[in-house]
Amino acid sequence: MREGEPLFRIDWVIDNLDEIAQRLGEHVLMVVAAVAIGFVISFGLAILARRFPRTYGPILAVTGTLYAIPSLALFVLLIPITGLSLTTGIVALVLYTLLILVRNIVTGLEGVPPDVVEAATGMGFSASQRFWRVELPIATPIIVAGLRIATVTTVGLVAITTFIGLGGLGYLIINSGTRRFFPTSIYVGVLLCVLLAVLADLALLWVQRRLTPWAKARLG
Amino acid sequence: MELFGEGFAWLADPANWTDERNGIFLRLWEHVSLSVAALAAAVLIGLPLGLWIGHTGRGATAVIAIANIGRAIPSVGWLGIVFPITLALLGRNGLGFVPSLIALAALGIPPIVTNTFAGMREVDRELIEAGRGMGMRETEVLRQVEVPVALPVILAGVRVSAVQIVATATLASIVGGGTLGEFIVQGIFVRALDRVVGAAILVGILAILTELAFSLLQRRAVSPGLRGQPLPAPHMAAQVGLPPAGPAD
Repeated sequence: MREGEPLFRIDWVIDNLDEIAQRLGEHVLMVVAAVAIGFVISFGLAILARRFPRTYGPILAVTGTLYAIPSLALFVLLIPITGLSLTTGIVALVLYTLLILVRNIVTGLEGVPPDVVEAATGMGFSASQRFWRVELPIATPIIVAGLRIATVTTVGLVAITTFIGLGGLGYLIINSGTRRFFPTSIYVGVLLCVLLAVLADLALLWVQRRLTPWAKARLG
Repeated sequence: MELFGEGFAWLADPANWTDERNGIFLRLWEHVSLSVAALAAAVLIGLPLGLWIGHTGRGATAVIAIANIGRAIPSVGWLGIVFPITLALLGRNGLGFVPSLIALAALGIPPIVTNTFAGMREVDRELIEAGRGMGMRETEVLRQVEVPVALPVILAGVRVSAVQIVATATLASIVGGGTLGEFIVQGIFVRALDRVVGAAILVGILAILTELAFSLLQRRAVSPGLRGQPLPAPHMAAQVGLPPAGPAD
């Protein structure tokens, strides 16, 4: 930090709005891509675990182990396979979402009361109709809860991708901030990360309320 | 793929371990001691806070909201927030161990608070009433009823916290805190990928060992009356007033 460097310089922010917007855009793109891909894979894994319950233990063990690997180490360990590329970043981020999403999707589906399933069967629903029109809607609040946690976690993890040469808000925190002892850039990056996480969280909560109007009374 | 071979070759060279100024033993020691100190600080602050709001229910909304926002701050962000302040306050001592310790402890507190709180809230109200009915004082209810029943969930929080701290201690090297991250962060900078991969393997092993050690501890801490049930998963985010994720009814 230069002598007499203030902790925050608003003029730098105004001068660099373009760069800040660009980094924010990169960050959002990586979060959306990782959570979307992670959700599709987790959905498949959860269906697999429901149909063949014996697979659930191994699925949790593998995704749990992946989750314990430090992010920086995982990014680095993927370099020999996928190089210093966007693929490396997205693959690692997707792997981190799996544990949270699979667990919440399975828990949500398991929480559907058996008599509701039976009633649907009695009304002549086929297995797939029952899944899409009864079980999935009832499981939605817990599934969205998983999505919210996965999204907030991913917002934080994307910041690390700057170490493997990807942009995002981590660039502001590390490359133009910490490495140059320039606090303003750090605080802008961190603040935007927090804002992004809170906004994404609220947006998903809003989506969930729209999808499950009947749950409103109970969820408050 | 040959980079993995290079990583292992770097790990296999004894000279890389014993170097007195930048050896693996030195960096490993920095990594472990920083992590232990940060976890201790996080437990000392997070546990009493979680117990207090869990037992009384007072201030829960505010504390949990702050803890949830804390989760949204990226791990590297904590270091970024702390070190300009310590640098301004402490001069040269504001780099290295001190900001790393503060940042890692701050990172480790939210999972401990949210899980302690959630664990305490899940304790059957009738158990607590029974304790009171037997003439227990509030501190006895806390120590002999609530904490033993909530212990597996509390430890799940400490486990998450410990793994996160061990993982993030890697980043301490960007503020001069050393640790195994020295090889990764600086190695990427100078494109010495053999030591980057080698150190990443070590950090991965360290994190998984931490996870396993705490799972074991968690298993042993379950009150004998409650054994045989699966271990609770950590609460990733506490939702005040909501039942924990589980059967909808």
